[in-house]
Amino acid sequence: MNTADQYLKTIYVIQQGTDGPASTGGIADALDVSPASANEMIGKLESRGLAEHEKYKGVHLTDDGIVRAREALQTYCIIERFLANVLAVEEFRTEARELEAVIDGTVADRLDTIIDRKPECPDCFDPETDACACLELVSNPPE
Amino acid sequence: MYANGRIGRVVAVSVGQRVTTDDQLARLLQIGIVLEEVVEARAYHHYQSLDEALDEEIETLLEDAAEESADHRERLETLIDGLGVDSVPFDEIESLVDARYGRTRPEDFDGVLYDQLCNEETAYKFYDDLIEAIHESDADFSVDREELLDTLETIREEESEGVREVTEVMERR
Repeated sequence: MNTADQYLKTIYVIQQGTDGPASTGGIADALDVSPASANEMIGKLESRGLAEHEKYKGVHLTDDGIVRAREALQTYCIIERFLANVLAVEEFRTEARELEAVIDGTVADRLDTIIDRKPECPDCFDPETDACACLELVSNPPE
Repeated sequence: MYANGRIGRVVAVSVGQRVTTDDQLARLLQIGIVLEEVVEARAYHHYQSLDEALDEEIETLLEDAAEESADHRERLETLIDGLGVDSVPFDEIESLVDARYGRTRPEDFDGVLYDQLCNEETAYKFYDDLIEAIHESDADFSVDREELLDTLETIREEESEGVREVTEVMERR
């Protein structure tokens, strides 16, 4: 997943949560970047046809942007589930956030062949907990 | 943080594609080990499931893939030893591949070759991204940086050769 994907994922989650466009400030806060950096990336997403920015209203994703955001979200869910259930990482959410920029979707797809992800993914993603809502935590990796 | 109630507690993420700590590097190397283990275990399964119908060319390809993955795994294990982190036991990953294999296995020769191609391409992409993320970082790791990059670049090159080999076999058939 690259940086653009992190933005798409964030905008998508805000959009879903508020049922409306995402404000630049909200996106910048969520990604812990300056509003100027957020604006720059939003411009890039617009030029790639992935998002549309309306002054005073905010940003919303195009259909292509939504498809890519959902893929990014799925990649994130796979990483999170893999860390929690296969490597038994305690701080799996923190680590998933750190690793998502370095793990590509194709790599996540391969990891997906050994995890038990639910068919409703990525709709099961819960922004409140920043995790998959159907993620069962195991104390020990399966035998 | 977001002003809107429902997602007010979403945790901020850090944006970037750099590896900045020993722990992060170790975790990525562990993921590399798992990827190699998945290749090895899947190659073994393909071999078993298509046993009677396998021809020599595909049999050799699967054997070589499994051997190469085992070799890559050992080299990655040497690196994470230097970071004081445990490897991921092969039998653990093998049992996960066992458990899910029925759902994801290829149905015929073309599927097996395509799966091998995906394996090699995925591994190449993983090492390529990891090498780039290390280059982007000026962090001081507990392992020798030059040795680290040297090992990863060699493995990446072998994955790239693997992609070429599988593609050639696919084109011939």
